[in-house]
Amino acid sequence: MGEKADVWQGTLALMILKTIEAMGPLHGYGIARRIEQTSGNLLSLNYGTLYPALLKLEQEGSIASEWGVSENNRKAKFYKLTRAGRKQLAQETRNWEQTTEILARFLSPSEDPA
Amino acid sequence: MKPLRAWVFRLAALFTNKQRERQLSDELESHLQMHVDDNIRAGMTPAEARRHAILKLGGVEPTKEAYRDRSTLPFIEHLLQDARFAIRQLRKNTGFTCVAVLMLALGICASVSIFAFVDAALIKPLPYPNPTRLVSVFENSAAFPHANLSYPDYLDWKRLSKVFRSLDVYTGTGFLLSTPAGVEPVPATRVSDGFFRTLGVTPMLGRNFHAGEDLAGSPNTVILSYASWRKRFGGKKDVIGQTIRLSDVPYTIVGVLPRNFQFAPRGRAEFWITLRFTMPKEFRRSFHSLSGIARMKDGVSVQAASADVKTIAKQLEKQYPESNRGQGASVFPFADLVVGHIRPILLVLLGGAGLLLLIACMNVTSLLLVRSESRRREIAVRNALGASTGRLTSQFVTEALVLVTMGSALGVLSANWTVQLPTKLIPADMMAAMPFLLGLGLNARVLAFAGAISLFAAVLFSLTPTAHLAVSEMRDGLAEGSRGSAGNTWRRLGSKLVTAELAVAVVLLVGAGLLGKSLHLLLHVDLGFQPDHLATVAVAGPETRYGEPAQAVALGRRIVSRIETMPGVKSAAITSLLPVSYNGHTDWIRFVGRPYNGEHNEVNQRDVSSSYFTTLGAKLLRGRYFTDAEDASKPRVVVINQALARQYFPGENPIGKQFGDTALSPKSIKQIIGVVDDIKEGSLDSKIWPAAYYPFNQSPDPYFSVVVRTSQAPQSLLPALSAVIRQSHPDVGVFDETTVDNLIHDSQTAYLHRSSAWLVGGFAAVALLLSVIGLYGVVAYSVSQRTREIGVRMALGAERGAVYQLILKEAARLTAVGIVIGLVCAMAAGAFLNALLFGVRSWDIPTLAAVAALLGFFAILASFIPARRAASINPVDALRSE
Repeated sequence: MGEKADVWQGTLALMILKTIEAMGPLHGYGIARRIEQTSGNLLSLNYGTLYPALLKLEQEGSIASEWGVSENNRKAKFYKLTRAGRKQLAQETRNWEQTTEILARFLSPSEDPA
Repeated sequence: MKPLRAWVFRLAALFTNKQRERQLSDELESHLQMHVDDNIRAGMTPAEARRHAILKLGGVEPTKEAYRDRSTLPFIEHLLQDARFAIRQLRKNTGFTCVAVLMLALGICASVSIFAFVDAALIKPLPYPNPTRLVSVFENSAAFPHANLSYPDYLDWKRLSKVFRSLDVYTGTGFLLSTPAGVEPVPATRVSDGFFRTLGVTPMLGRNFHAGEDLAGSPNTVILSYASWRKRFGGKKDVIGQTIRLSDVPYTIVGVLPRNFQFAPRGRAEFWITLRFTMPKEFRRSFHSLSGIARMKDGVSVQAASADVKTIAKQLEKQYPESNRGQGASVFPFADLVVGHIRPILLVLLGGAGLLLLIACMNVTSLLLVRSESRRREIAVRNALGASTGRLTSQFVTEALVLVTMGSALGVLSANWTVQLPTKLIPADMMAAMPFLLGLGLNARVLAFAGAISLFAAVLFSLTPTAHLAVSEMRDGLAEGSRGSAGNTWRRLGSKLVTAELAVAVVLLVGAGLLGKSLHLLLHVDLGFQPDHLATVAVAGPETRYGEPAQAVALGRRIVSRIETMPGVKSAAITSLLPVSYNGHTDWIRFVGRPYNGEHNEVNQRDVSSSYFTTLGAKLLRGRYFTDAEDASKPRVVVINQALARQYFPGENPIGKQFGDTALSPKSIKQIIGVVDDIKEGSLDSKIWPAAYYPFNQSPDPYFSVVVRTSQAPQSLLPALSAVIRQSHPDVGVFDETTVDNLIHDSQTAYLHRSSAWLVGGFAAVALLLSVIGLYGVVAYSVSQRTREIGVRMALGAERGAVYQLILKEAARLTAVGIVIGLVCAMAAGAFLNALLFGVRSWDIPTLAAVAALLGFFAILASFIPARRAASINPVDALRSE
C-alpha cells in the first residue's frame, strides 16, 4: 500500500509541476481541472488529494504561493514554480521518460530477434 | 536536502496553527466557490452544484485532516497536546501537584547530593594519572596493622621488590617561619627523591627533586605548595632560586606545585623537602617513621604486590631478627588510605537516601492511584468518545513525564545548592584531609545518575495509572457511583504500598536511632580524665636554641610556671602528645629479670611533666606520680597505665619493677613508680593500649603541648594563653590553641559519627512524615469509600465508638505489619551498619522498641483524623449521598 501511494504521489507531483509550468501561476482548483482535462478525463481525481501534495511541494521549496484574484473575480491562492521547482521538473521529466522508455521496451513485442 | 527543508517547515508550522487553519479554510472555500460557479454555468441548481463540488473534493473535513497531517509532525503535535493537557490537569489539582513534586524533589535532592559525595570520594578520589596503580606500602606488627617503615627497611624493599615501578616515602614535619606577625609554625612534608614522580605530578614552576637529592649532604632545597606560593610570595614567578629560612635554616626554592595538586595524608603541607637523614636514630631499623607509596608495574595486582613485599619482609626478619621480628608487610590501594574511613559512612548514607527516594516514589504512586481512581469517569468518557487505549496511555506517560520533570528539576537544583554546603560547613583542617571533596559538584556522572532515577520514577508513575486502567473495566466507570472490583484492587495495592513505606521508615528510624545512640555513647565514653575546663596550646621551640635537653627542660619549666601565675589558671602541665589524639608513637620495652625472645612489647610512649596527671584529673591507682625534680640527674622512673599493668603484671604489683629498651641498655632502665587509670590516648572509638608515661624532664623535646586546668570557661582563656607564651618567648611557635572539649567534639571520629547520625536522622524524620502521610491517605480514602457502609452500620445502631474501632483497627493492622516487617529488615540491614556503630549492636532492643513505639504513636495519630470523620458521619446524609 505504502509504496503504491508513493508512486502515485510522485506522479501527482510531476503532473502538478508540469501543469503550473504550462499554464503559469494557477490556483488549486485550476490545477485539478487542468490535470483532469489533460488526462482526457481518463484520470478520476479526488480534488482534495491535491492540497496535501501542493503543501508538500511548497514545503520542499519547488513551488511558492500567494493570494490573488481569479479570472471570475474570486479570491484564490495561486501557485507558481520556483527555480528549484523548474530544475526538479526537468530532472523528473527526464527520469520519467527514461522509465517509460525502458518499460516500453519490455512491454512491446520484440521486433528484431537478433 | 529537500526532505530536511520540508521537515524544518513542518516543525516550524507547529507554532503557527491558527493562521494556517484559517488560510486552509479560505483556500478550500475559494476552491468550492470556483467549482460551484463552473457547475452552475454547466446548468446545475446551486444546491446540486455545491453538493457535487464537495463530493468531487472528497469532503472538506477529510481534506483538512490530510492537509493537517502533512502540514506538521503529528507525533510531536500529539505530544504537545498531551503535555498541554497534562499541565492543565496538574494546574487544576494544585494540591496534588505540589505535594507530588515536592516529595519527588526531596527524594531526588537527597539521593543526588549523597551520590555527588560518593562520586567525589569513592569513584574518583585521586587526582593523579592512573590512580589505581598507586598503593600504600606499610610494615605491620601485632599492634599496628599499618605501621610506618624504617629507613633501612625502605631502602631494602626498594632494592629487592620486583613489583613496583617505583617506591617512595614521605613523613610529616614542620617548620617555624619568622613572619612580621611573629613566629609561625608551618606544616611541611619530607619526601624521598622520586615522590612526585611516583604520584605523576610535575611542578608548575621550576623543577622536581633530582634523583639522589634525598641523601645526606645534598643542598637544602624546597618545593612550595601552590597556596604557599600565592600567600607568601604573592605568586611571583621569580621565586625559583630564592632562599627562604625555615626554622632558621636557609633553603633554596626549586619548584612550585600545580594548583590542583592534592595529597590528602599531608593536606596542609606548605613546604616539601627531601629526607636527607643525618641523625643516628633515623638509620635504625627499629625507627619507624616513614609512610610508603608505590606505583605498581602494569599487570601486577595488589595481591601480587602484597605477596612480594611479604617475602622481602620475611627475608629481612631472618637477616635482622633483633629489629625486624614480627615485622610483616602490607600493600593496599592508596585510595583506601584517603577515603577508607568515610567509605562505610557514604554507603550507609547512599542507602538511606535511596530508601527515602523509595518512600517518596511510593507516596507519589499512591497519590497517583487515588487520582486515577477519581478520574475513572473522565477516562471512561474519553474512551467512549473514541480515545484509544494507546492514546490514553500516552496521556498518562506524558503526565508522569511532566510531574517527574518538575520534580527532578527542582530536586537537582536544590542538590546543586546542598552539595555546596559541606565545603562551607566542614572545618578547614578536616577539609585539608579530604581534598577530594573540593571536586564536589554536579558533574556528568552525577547528572547521569539523576537522569537514571528520574527515568525510573517516570516509568513507575506512568505504569501505575496504566496498570490501573487495565485493571478497571472502562465501561464500569460510566456507571454512577460504581465501586466495583477496581476500588478494592486499589485499596489492597494502596495498603501494601503503605505497609512497605512504614517498613522502610522503620529501617531508617532504627538506623538513625542506632547512629544517634552511638554518637551519644562516643561523646560520653570514659576518657579517664575530666575533659571540661581544659585549655591546650602547642609550643615549638627552634632546634637551634632548644635542641639540647637542658634547654628544652628549661623552656618547659619556664612556660608552665609563667602560665600558672595567670588568673583563672589552676594548674598547667606538658605532654608530648595530647590525649584523645591517636594510639601510636610507641616504644618497645623489655622487662628486667624476665626471659626475652625478641618479641615486640609495644606501648604508647608519652613524655609528660610532673603535674600532668593532676591537671588532667586522672586517677592514681597505685604508687605515686613523679616530681618536677626528677630530671636527668635522678634515676629514671615511669608511670604506667592500668592496661600495661594488667597485660604484663597480671596478679602482681608492678611498683618497683623495671624495664628498658630491647637491648636493656643501662641508660634506658626505668623503675615503675605508679599506676594510673587508663587515659584515652587514641581516638574516641579506639581501644586502650598499654602506655608508659616518662617524666618530660628525663626525656625532653622542644616541641610539646601545654594543658591548662582553668577555673573559668577555658575558651575565654585561649587568647591570653597564647599571648603570654608569645610575649615571654618571642622565638617559639605557638599554635593549635583550643579547648580539650572542642578537640574531642571536633575530632574526625566525632565529626563523622555526628554527620552520619544527623543525616540519617534527617532522612528518618522525613521518612516518618511521608509514611505517616501515606497511611493517612490510605485510611482517609478507605473512609471516603466506605461512607455508605458506615452510614448503614450507624443507621442500624452502631455506636460511634464501634466506628472508631472499625477504622483504627484497619490502620493498626497496617501499621503493625509495617513495623514488624521493618524491624526484621532493620536487623538484617544492621550488619551493613555495624562498621559505624560504637557501643551498640544492630539489634539493640531499646532502640527497636523506641522506634516501634514512635511510629505506632504517629500512625494512630494520623489515622485518628479520618476515624473521627467516619464517626461523625450523619447516617442520613451518608445514605443520601450516593
